[in-house]
Amino acid sequence: MSQVESTAVQTPDYDDDIVKLFFGATVLWGVVGMLVGVIIALQIAWWPANLGLPWTTFGRLRPLHTNAVIFAFAGNVCFTGIYYSMQRLLKTRMYSDLLSKLHFWGWQAIIVAAAISLPLGLTQSKEYAELIWPIDVAITLVWVIFGWNFFGTIAVRKVKHLYVAIWFYMSFVITIAVLHIVNSLAIPATLTRSYPVFAGLTDGLVQWWYGHNAVGFFLTTPFLGLMYYFLPRAAERPVYSYRLSIIHFWALVFLYIWAGPHHLLYSALPDWAQTLGMVFSIMLLAPSWGGMLNGLLTLRGAWDRLRTDPILKFMVVAVSFYGMSTFEGPMMSIRSVNGLAHFTNWVIGHVHSGALGWVGMMSFGTLYWLLPRLWNRDLAYPKMATQHFWLATIGIVLYTVSMWVAGLMEGLQWRALNESGQLANPIFLDIVHRLMPYYWIRVLGGVLYLTGMVMFLFNVVKTIKGPERAASSGAHAPAPAV
Amino acid sequence: MTNENKSQESEAAYGSFHRRFLEGKGAVFAVATTIAILIGGIVEIVPMYTAGAGPETADWVTPYTPLEVAGRDIYIREGCYLCHSQWVRPMRAEVLRYGEWSRAPEYQYDRPFLLGSRRMGPDLHRLAQKYPDAWHYEHMRDPRSTSPGSVMPSYPWLLDATVDAGDVQASVRALRKSGVPYTDADVDGVAASIAGQGQQIVASLAGAGIQTEADREIVALIAYLQRLGREGKAYLPNQGGGGG
Repeated sequence: MSQVESTAVQTPDYDDDIVKLFFGATVLWGVVGMLVGVIIALQIAWWPANLGLPWTTFGRLRPLHTNAVIFAFAGNVCFTGIYYSMQRLLKTRMYSDLLSKLHFWGWQAIIVAAAISLPLGLTQSKEYAELIWPIDVAITLVWVIFGWNFFGTIAVRKVKHLYVAIWFYMSFVITIAVLHIVNSLAIPATLTRSYPVFAGLTDGLVQWWYGHNAVGFFLTTPFLGLMYYFLPRAAERPVYSYRLSIIHFWALVFLYIWAGPHHLLYSALPDWAQTLGMVFSIMLLAPSWGGMLNGLLTLRGAWDRLRTDPILKFMVVAVSFYGMSTFEGPMMSIRSVNGLAHFTNWVIGHVHSGALGWVGMMSFGTLYWLLPRLWNRDLAYPKMATQHFWLATIGIVLYTVSMWVAGLMEGLQWRALNESGQLANPIFLDIVHRLMPYYWIRVLGGVLYLTGMVMFLFNVVKTIKGPERAASSGAHAPAPAV
Repeated sequence: MTNENKSQESEAAYGSFHRRFLEGKGAVFAVATTIAILIGGIVEIVPMYTAGAGPETADWVTPYTPLEVAGRDIYIREGCYLCHSQWVRPMRAEVLRYGEWSRAPEYQYDRPFLLGSRRMGPDLHRLAQKYPDAWHYEHMRDPRSTSPGSVMPSYPWLLDATVDAGDVQASVRALRKSGVPYTDADVDGVAASIAGQGQQIVASLAGAGIQTEADREIVALIAYLQRLGREGKAYLPNQGGGGG
């Protein structure tokens, strides 16, 4: 592996204040986003929880939940990890402190604007791209600031070779810009309303090109970058295979972008586009598992530490869920499987095995690793980290299993025919009512996951308020030869 | 030379290529990544605009009326599309449950598209004329009054909130700019069109004993819901199973 890190080199003056800011924002928005998730899960199980107010109905809070967990929680995790690891991988301070600060405060302002506008019903309706056009413009500006800072830092780097984590970060910066700008192209009608330049199924195609690659390049590639930096650091082992990282990086970024049309299988979108979407989604299994294997095999020789180290526990479960949901995804993209799974809770279960399992657990692993190092303090309640891990894991299992069962049930009951060829379950509501027990199990799973998140918040606050470590040089653990 | 040595050597050679040509050059790496991520999108999206490869259009579908545009914006604001699809798939059970499967031209004026991704409730693409206007009025006020056991939230505020004709005119103007073939007369006549179509719905509601005004949001939403799939319902059954 390349000698991207060496403790022998004099430590430059890294900007860790910006990392701490992103860290704090992550924890705060994580609690908010997951709390809203639990609330809307409750609304599905028990409709009076919609509260009879326009601002609190499911239709307005659901986009708030998705935006909060994707862009506020996961987004801030990415920025936390990128600002920390980039400086160390490139042996330089970030290109510009001003750009770092503009990025941070701009991004948080966008989140606040989203949290106000979405409950007011101000939306463009495209999933994960709901925010109204003025906020879209602001996102573009802040992303340019981030990109400028990012590439500026690469330009002034003190290490020639770009470590694999940087490749994945780079694909995140570039692709999100392209996706966001194209999918947001719209003609404004008023300050809060606009209509897309694309129409009908073409608009759907562009949206799912965006939507699926928001999963690919917002929730996958930057987190693979985090995996490539923080997993070897936590395991104190070098990455398993350099060659595998090259192959799976290029295959992943090239193949992912084609997968969007699997969201439109059996629609009136031209068949050739549906077929391309399906074929590339299936091929995506290979580079996804390349990443998973490179992550898991990095732990070779360190598996025993899994018993004691909550950070590795989080990371291993994260990578395992990554492997599982990237197996499930291609399967669900097969036309006939999609015919059953589409529109059902199975999709919701699939998304959350990726979101709670891969993104969430990778985030917690990274954040627990960073916490003592950033603040130079011992974790206040180490046992609570392990409890958090178990609560989160049980929560995910309850969530995904209940949604799988509910999804298969409704998918099969919607299509079931009786002996005379008529619908076996002609009353839609009957099927809805049969799902209720599973909706309650999902609520319970969500509550467990949220409880873990709140315990993490508590642990973070107590750790930061705790006494500083005596030996200040111990702030940065010795780096493994990655 | 053992096999192990060979594989180590090839890995080193492999790596040195990647290292020399990409990893040392940030700009080159960025350009290569950009090219890699652009190809799939270009191949899938650009042909939608080249002859023959995109979704079909047809003249049996007409643009939404101003009142339907207003209703559609309410549908979007309330997030209806998060629980209801507008997409009947070409499968026996779906056609039995909802009606004709959805054809490409039926979406040609949909900006944004509202196919949906989840069916917490039933599909709505063949909703037109399935229920009377009064049913929709009561259903939005309290879904359980018309559908016992429904888990849908109530939307009583739609009964009082009003539609601003000037606002709808701005929408129609923007939609026209984006490519929907509204005429000057359409844009100028938004207020009159809203009042005219609204009055019909008010009259139909009055027939069921419901008193309301033509400018209420519920009236616009009913106009939109009664439009969903209407043209397809009229046109498709006469096409001998083929259709647009």
